[in-house]
Amino acid sequence: MHEGGFFYQAFIYLTAAVISVPIAKKLGLGSVLGYLIAGILIGPFGLHLIGEEGQDVMHFAEFGVVMMLFLVGLELQPSLLWKMRTPILGLGGTQVLLSTLAIAMVGLYAGLQWQTAFAIGMTLALSSTAIVLQTLNEKGMMKTEGGQNCFSVLLFQDIAVIPMLALFPLLAISDFITQNKNAVAEEHATMISNLPVWGQTIAVLFAIIFIVFVGKYLMNSVFRIIASTKLRETFTAAALLIVIGIAILMSQLGLSPALGTFIAGVVLAGNEYRHELESDIEPFKGLLLGLFFISVGASVDFKLIANQPGLIAQLVIALIVIKMLVLFAIGKFYGMGISNKMLFTFALAQGGEFAFVLFSFSVQNGVLNSEIANPLIASVALTMALTPLLMILNEKIFMSKGKENISEKEMDVIEEKNPVIIAGFGKFGSIIGRFLRANGVDTTVLETDPDKIEILRKLGLKVFYGDASRVDLLHSAGAEEASLIIITIDEEEKILQILENIKKHFPKLKVLVKATNRRNAYDVIERGIDNVYLEPMDSSLNIGVSALKILGYRSHQAVRAANKFKKHETRSVFELAKMRDDKSKYMQSARQLIGYLEKLLLDDVNYIDQNKDQGWDTQSLINEYGPEDKLNK
Amino acid sequence: MTKKILVLFAHPALQRSLVNNELIKVFKNKENVTFHDLYETYPQMDIDVEDEKKLLISHDVITFMFPMYWYSTPAILKEWQDIVLEHDWAYGSKGNMLKDKLFFTILTTGGKSEAYKKDGYNSYTLREFLRSLEQMSKLCKMNFIPPYAASGTHSITSSDLEEHKQNLEKLINELVSEKIRIEAANKFELLNDYLESVKGH
Repeated sequence: MHEGGFFYQAFIYLTAAVISVPIAKKLGLGSVLGYLIAGILIGPFGLHLIGEEGQDVMHFAEFGVVMMLFLVGLELQPSLLWKMRTPILGLGGTQVLLSTLAIAMVGLYAGLQWQTAFAIGMTLALSSTAIVLQTLNEKGMMKTEGGQNCFSVLLFQDIAVIPMLALFPLLAISDFITQNKNAVAEEHATMISNLPVWGQTIAVLFAIIFIVFVGKYLMNSVFRIIASTKLRETFTAAALLIVIGIAILMSQLGLSPALGTFIAGVVLAGNEYRHELESDIEPFKGLLLGLFFISVGASVDFKLIANQPGLIAQLVIALIVIKMLVLFAIGKFYGMGISNKMLFTFALAQGGEFAFVLFSFSVQNGVLNSEIANPLIASVALTMALTPLLMILNEKIFMSKGKENISEKEMDVIEEKNPVIIAGFGKFGSIIGRFLRANGVDTTVLETDPDKIEILRKLGLKVFYGDASRVDLLHSAGAEEASLIIITIDEEEKILQILENIKKHFPKLKVLVKATNRRNAYDVIERGIDNVYLEPMDSSLNIGVSALKILGYRSHQAVRAANKFKKHETRSVFELAKMRDDKSKYMQSARQLIGYLEKLLLDDVNYIDQNKDQGWDTQSLINEYGPEDKLNK
Repeated sequence: MTKKILVLFAHPALQRSLVNNELIKVFKNKENVTFHDLYETYPQMDIDVEDEKKLLISHDVITFMFPMYWYSTPAILKEWQDIVLEHDWAYGSKGNMLKDKLFFTILTTGGKSEAYKKDGYNSYTLREFLRSLEQMSKLCKMNFIPPYAASGTHSITSSDLEEHKQNLEKLINELVSEKIRIEAANKFELLNDYLESVKGH
């Protein structure tokens, strides 16, 4: 520890984040750049507030990337993932292959041995999932075609790391091995590393099947039990447990933990507790990613850069240019539109966090030595730091033109965002939901009763566990993109809480509210909501209509009377809402309105059979023209 | 061979009409007559097209019965025409489902029959006002006969009412037993006149 204690460190990191991120955002640089700069500032070459332990922090903070992949998986239904298989394999495969070859060529040209050159090629072919996804998310470009293409490539790269780790020991060069003899690592020894290759493969397959099986068939009941305790922190603990558990399992098998949690996320994407999981993991992911970016910033070795500025500059420029050329060529080959192609080219032109791991792994395995690795690691860190700037550059140059291409073309690929959110899926909400679904309108439903969710799920309705009065849950339910929220929950306090939250965080969202009683309706009206519906009105009136019919009323007459009654009642709710605080005035007005309505309806009824004609207003007609006047000539 | 009659009845406020309440008694529970009260069946105007088509197919004589509002039918009968009489079903080269059925109207008017003529208060005859229905039946390849009208309901007497009921009774019987002479009937402005002309035959 640098200056004693966990709290001191936490204080430094948090202060750095809290100060630099808002400034960076204000300057339009995005949070990632803010974190990176904060890292450089507090790092060993800045204010020296943190020292060598930055490396450990980075190791710990890499967990943020794992969580991010879990969240990405959660938003990606298996069917959508299947739909993306072509871009993942096509784009990702070509990108990794071509970049590896191109970079290896440069290595060979620079006089490296072919093994070293290829190891460097493979390592540098990878891009930074953390920086790219975070920046794309922040800019709201994740759902664009270009953003989707970037994601496909990053996903392929995450998978490609596995064979690379297996391949590197085979590329060992005898010179380097003796040099690093003692350093050959135990670090990457895994539970299954003494199994033969086929055994390892089976173990890996088994682990993945295990994750899918548990996620699909067991987690639901576990979540339901936890949810029924109504203790939020238990749920958070469970969510963290899943992510950490899978990460451990994956590391034991020598797989990328990020990949494992991604699979788990996809498996749980259809789960009704998805939104709750999302909101629980989200803050941890955010903090850890921030920490990760800070430690990347802090790890940039300025001493090395100062010693070899020419070499580092060449490496950085070469890396960015080569990757951009490859990406641009791929974009052209796959016929992307101009702005998508440029986003694709600029976003992925950097080394990734895997490079740190792979380079130290290579050194341990004698594929290259630290004289070669260190400048490369410094360059990778710099290219990562430059990425947000490159993306800003791209935005300035290319995004203004061809904006239409990047628009909404492939919306909905990653996330299931529906135009309507229904909060509360009791008797009331479920009918609305079914009605909308029958008319081809998809809804995202939030409900807090685990038993109810279970039943509704069995009926084939998509219902998610979650308390709509929480802003973060509304957020993950897609309140930003939705056009309408229908509130049909019964707790008055919660209804008002939701309304407050919507006003504050999603002012564009239209609101329909089912009020539980008149007082509740007044509260809702006071908050400026016009679309308020008194709960029992319609079904009560339907029974009223049936009663009138049995008593011999014409059905058309009964229906009209009910409509009139309803219209008048609704109006009276709005009028009385204005005078609710003045008790005596309220009671007086209420009496007046009720009396008025009854008179109105009775007038209609008493009109029966008083004349022989059949029109709507014949008495006045007769009065005016009379039976014997000119009408009858 | 007996013919079957479908009476499509439309009155939005039957509870207020003595005349119509009396007249419809002729059709209720009568053999070979289906009395179909549209406003009662569809209080929200939510007409079931398939049900209506089935009814039409299973009858030989189609009747609109209504009080005349604004020189035309009440709203639901217009809605009924709009959505039930589909192209390729009721009309058009492939629409032959109503072909050769007989169509006519039974209507009540507040004004007396004298008001419905060229120099009367309403300037046109009832049959002229109902030209669109006449053409509708022609387009649907139905045979049209003139309307039967119970006019002057503002000042109707119980003996008048009784006479209308008897006329309708007789009309129904002639239609069911196919005794009615369509060509002869078509020469008159109203079926009332036709019935008058065949009295005593």
